[in-house]
Amino acid sequence: MADDLHTFHSTSNQLPPPSERIPVLRWLKQNLFSSWFNAILTIVAGALIVVLIFGLAKWALGARWEVIPANLKILLVGTYPAEQMWRVWTSLYIIAFLLGLSSGLRSGLIRRISAAAGIASIVLAILPFPWVTRGWTFGVAFAVAVGFGMGYLGKKNRWFKRLEITCWVLSFPIGLVLLNGVGGFLPVIEGRNKWGFVLNLLGAMVGIGLSFPVGVSLALGRRSKLPAIRWVCTAYIELIRGVPLISLLFMASIMLQLLLPASVRPDLVIRAMMTITAFSAAYMAENVRGGLQAIPKGQYEAAYAVGLNGALTTVLIILPQALRAVIPAIVGQFISLFKDTTLFGFIAILELLNISRSILGNLEWRGTIFELYVFIGIIFWILCYSMSYISRRVEKSLGVGER
Amino acid sequence: MSVTRDQGIIVCRDVHKWFGDFHVLRGISLTMQKGEVVVICGPSGSGKSTFIRTINRLEEHQRGQIIVDGIELTHDLRNIEAIRREVGMVFQQFNLFPHLTVMQNITLAPVWVLKMKKSEAQEIAMQLLERVGIPEQANKYPGQLSGGQQQRVVIARALAMTPKIMLFDEPTSALDPEMIKEVLDVMKELARSGMTMIVVTHEMGFAREVADRIIFFDFGQLIEENTPEEFFHNPKHERTKLFLSQILH
Amino acid sequence: MRKKVASSHAIPFWRDIRVLRVVSQILFVTVIAAGIWWLLNNLQTNLKTAGLNISFRFLNNTAGFPISEGLRYDPTNVNGYAFLVGVVNTIRVAVIGIVLATVIGTLVGIARLSNNWLLRKLAALYVETLRNIPLLVVLFFCYFAVMLTALPLVRDSIRLPGFVFLSRRGLYIPSLVPTGSFGTWAWYLIGGLVLATVVYFFRRVQLKRADRPGFPIVWAMPVLLLVVIAGWFLASGNPLSVDVPVLKRFNFEGGMWLSTPFVALVLGLSTYTGAYIAEIVRAGITAVSKGQTEAAKALGLRRTQVLRLVILPQALRVIIPPLTSQYLNLTKNSSLAILIGYYDLMNVATTIFNQTGRAVEMILLVMGSYLSMSLLTSVFMNYYNRRIKLLER
Repeated sequence: MADDLHTFHSTSNQLPPPSERIPVLRWLKQNLFSSWFNAILTIVAGALIVVLIFGLAKWALGARWEVIPANLKILLVGTYPAEQMWRVWTSLYIIAFLLGLSSGLRSGLIRRISAAAGIASIVLAILPFPWVTRGWTFGVAFAVAVGFGMGYLGKKNRWFKRLEITCWVLSFPIGLVLLNGVGGFLPVIEGRNKWGFVLNLLGAMVGIGLSFPVGVSLALGRRSKLPAIRWVCTAYIELIRGVPLISLLFMASIMLQLLLPASVRPDLVIRAMMTITAFSAAYMAENVRGGLQAIPKGQYEAAYAVGLNGALTTVLIILPQALRAVIPAIVGQFISLFKDTTLFGFIAILELLNISRSILGNLEWRGTIFELYVFIGIIFWILCYSMSYISRRVEKSLGVGER
Repeated sequence: MSVTRDQGIIVCRDVHKWFGDFHVLRGISLTMQKGEVVVICGPSGSGKSTFIRTINRLEEHQRGQIIVDGIELTHDLRNIEAIRREVGMVFQQFNLFPHLTVMQNITLAPVWVLKMKKSEAQEIAMQLLERVGIPEQANKYPGQLSGGQQQRVVIARALAMTPKIMLFDEPTSALDPEMIKEVLDVMKELARSGMTMIVVTHEMGFAREVADRIIFFDFGQLIEENTPEEFFHNPKHERTKLFLSQILH
Repeated sequence: MRKKVASSHAIPFWRDIRVLRVVSQILFVTVIAAGIWWLLNNLQTNLKTAGLNISFRFLNNTAGFPISEGLRYDPTNVNGYAFLVGVVNTIRVAVIGIVLATVIGTLVGIARLSNNWLLRKLAALYVETLRNIPLLVVLFFCYFAVMLTALPLVRDSIRLPGFVFLSRRGLYIPSLVPTGSFGTWAWYLIGGLVLATVVYFFRRVQLKRADRPGFPIVWAMPVLLLVVIAGWFLASGNPLSVDVPVLKRFNFEGGMWLSTPFVALVLGLSTYTGAYIAEIVRAGITAVSKGQTEAAKALGLRRTQVLRLVILPQALRVIIPPLTSQYLNLTKNSSLAILIGYYDLMNVATTIFNQTGRAVEMILLVMGSYLSMSLLTSVFMNYYNRRIKLLER
C-alpha cells in the first residue's frame, strides 16, 4: 500500500506530447486558403501587396535621397551655431554613457537598449556623412562602451547604484543647461536658433517629466473626499480635455501675455512646453484615475488598520498598484505627447515638421516632398514604436496581470 | 464622564450608527477586559461587522462613546491614530498588498509608522512568521500563497504592530474548508497567549474552545451575551434559540 | 502609561478631523481663487494699457475676408456669420470623418482577428504604422504629397465611375438639386414618415401583446419606401435632378465641389483615427470571453445569431466608451485644418483675430464651441452608458 502511495504523484503515467510539426503546405491551407472567401482575399491582398512593393521600390530607387544628408543638420538641430555643436554632442554622450553604466550594473531590458543604441550609432557612422559627423557619431558607441565597462567593474559596490541613480536624475538639468546655456557661464542659445528635432525631443521630455506628477496629483485630487478639491480638479480635467491642443497653443501665443504682468514675458518655446504639459496632464489624470478606481476598498482599509495615514497609504500602497495597472495607457499618453510636439509649428516654432516645410520652399529641393516626409515618418515611427515596445517589456517584467 | 482603565480595555456605551436612514447599530453597550476573547455571532446584516469596524474607526459611530485603552474615539486626529496603533485587524478578504512580498507586507507599517529600523522589523517579521507557521514563505508574493497561508500572513502583519487588541472580521469565511483549521489554530494559540480578541465568526467550535464570552447580535442590537456553556445549552431569548438551531446542524 | 484621559469635549481644533477637512478646503479654494483673481487683474491692466476692452460687438462688423467653401458666404457678411460658417465646416469634416473612420476601423479591427494570416498581418501593419506617426505628418503627407503633388491637374482629372472627378483641385461629385416638383414630393416624404412611425408603434404593441421578439422596423421601412417611391412617380417630373460636373475650359461646372484641403483632411483623419478604432473594436470583440461563444453554440444558436445576440451586444458595451472618445478626438483634431488651409472654425477664428485683434473674445468663442461639442458628446455617452450598463449587484 505504501508503495502505491509513493508512486502516485503528479508525474506518474505522464507521456510526452505528440510532435507538432506542421508541414508548410498544411500551414498555408489553414491560414491562407481555408475557405473560398479566404482564398480570394489572399489572392487579392497578395496581388495588391506585390504591386505596392514594386511601385515603392521603383520610387525609392529613383528618389532624390540626397535631400536628407544635405539638410540633416538643419532638420535635427536647426541653426545651432556650429562652434557650439559640441554641447549637443556632449549631452548625447552623457546619455549614452549613463545607458552603458546602467546596463553594466543591471541586466535585462536596459542591456538590450544600450546595445541597440551602440549598434545604431555604429551603423550611422558607416553611412555617407561628413567625416567629422561620423567621428562624433561613433563617439556615441564609444561612450556606451566606456559606461558599460565602468558599470560592470563597479557592480559589487552598493554606493555605485545610488550614484548611478543620482547621475540619471542630474543628467536632465545638466543636459538642459548644456543645450540652452546659462548667462555668464555658457553662452545662451537664443530660442530662434534652437530649431529642429531637438525641439521636439526637448518638448517631449519636459512635457513627459512634468505632466506625469501633475497628472497623478490631478487624478488623486479628482477622487478626493473633499468636494472643493474634487470640483476644481474635475473642472480642470474636463475643460482641458474638451478643447484641442491647437486652441490652447493659440491661447498661449496670443492671450498669455495679457494674463501676466507686462514685465514677465516667457520665451515662446517655454510657453509651448508649459501648454503641452498642462494639456497632457489632464489626459494623464484620466488614465491614472482608471487605475485608481480598480483598487479594491479593502486595500485602503488594510492600510488604515495597520496604522498608515492617508499620505503613506497613497504613496506606498495605492499608487504602486494603480500605476502598474495602467502602464500601457500612460506610455500611450507619452507617445501622444511626443507626437503632439509637431503642433508647435502652429505658433511659429521651427520644430522638425515646420523646418521641412521651409526646406521644401528652397528651389533646390523642390519636389523632394515624399522623401522628406518618409524620412520624418520613419524617425517618429522608430522612436514611438520603441517606446511602446519598452513599455510592453517593462510590463512583463513587473509581472502585471500575472498575480 | 471620565473613564479609567480599570473599567475595561474596551468600553462601549450606547453606540448608535446610521447608514443614511438605516439604523444599523442601535445602542450597543459592551465592556471588555484585557485578555478576554469575545466571539460575536448573528445573522448577516445584524451589524456585527459594522460594530467591530467602529472600534478602529473604519466606520464612524454617530452617537455614544467608544473608549479603547482609556482613549476615547472622537474626531480628534491624535486619538484616532493612537487607537489604530493599538488595534490590529484581520479581514475576511485578506487585503494583503499584492505588489509587496510577504516580508514587505509585514514590515511596512513598523518601518513607516513606528519608525523601526528595517533590520529590526525584519527580525520581528520572521519571528511572527514562525509563530504562524510559514517562515519559508517570507519572500513570496501574496498571489503565490494559498488562502490559509495568506490569512496567516495577515495575522502576522497585524501582530507586527504589537497591538493590544485584535479584531477579526469573519476571518475564515472566504477560505476553502481544508484551510480553515490552520487559521483557527493560529487564532487559538493567540487567544491562549493572552491577547484581547473580538472575533466575528460562524465557527462555533472555535467559540466553544477559547471564547470567554459569546455575544449574539441581531438587528443592530446586543441580544444576548453569556459564557459558551450557558450560551449553547441555555439560550435565553427566542431569537438566539432560532439562530442556534439554524447554524448548529 | 497614559494617566491623562481624553473626554469627548474640547478637542483642540488643530486636531479635529472635521475642522481640518473644512479648513483645508477653504485654504485650497482661496489659493486658487487668489490665483485667478491675480490673472484677471493683469488682464484688466494690460487691456487698459492697450486701449482695448472686452466686447463682442465686433461680431457685427464686416468680415472682409473670403472663405472658399461651406455655407453661402461672401466677404461682406459679418464676422459672426463667418465664424458660423467655420463651425459648420468643422462639423462637415467631423461627421464625414467619423463615418469613414468607423467603417475603416471596424473592417481593419475585424481583419486583425481573421483566420487569414495575410489579412491579419496587413491589418496589424496598418494599425502599427499609423499609430506611431504624428497626425500632422499624416495630414501633411495627404495634403502636400498626395493631393498637391501626386494628383494630376484639373484638366487631366482622374475619372471615377459615377461622374466623380479627382484632381489637384479637389473632388467633384454629382449633386442632387431639387426641382419644381420637389415641394409636392416633400409632402409625400413627410406623409411617408408619419405613416411609417404609426406602423412602427403599432407593430411594437402587437409584438408586445403576442409576447414575441421582433423588429418593428421591418414593417415600417417598406411602408416608408412605398410611399416615397409612389410620390416620386405621382409628382410631375423628377423631384430631384442630378447635377453632373462637366469640364469646361478651366474648371468644372455643376455638381458639388469638395476642396483639396477638405479631401486631404478627411482622408488623413479617417485613416489615422481608423487605426485607433480598429484597436478598440478588436479589444471589444476579444473582451467577450470565449465561454460566451461556447455557451451560445451549446444552446444551438447559429453562427450569425451568436454574433448578433450574444457577442455584439457585449462587445459594444466595451467598445462604445473609447469609441466616443475617439470621435471626440477626431472632432478636436479637425482643428489641424488651419495648417493645411481648410476653413474650419479654428482657421476662421484666427483670421478674425488677425483682423480685429480681439484675443480674449475669440479664445472664448473657440473654446466655447469645442467645449459644447465635447459636452454634448459626453452627455450622450453617459446616457447611453447608463442605459446599457450591465446591472450588477
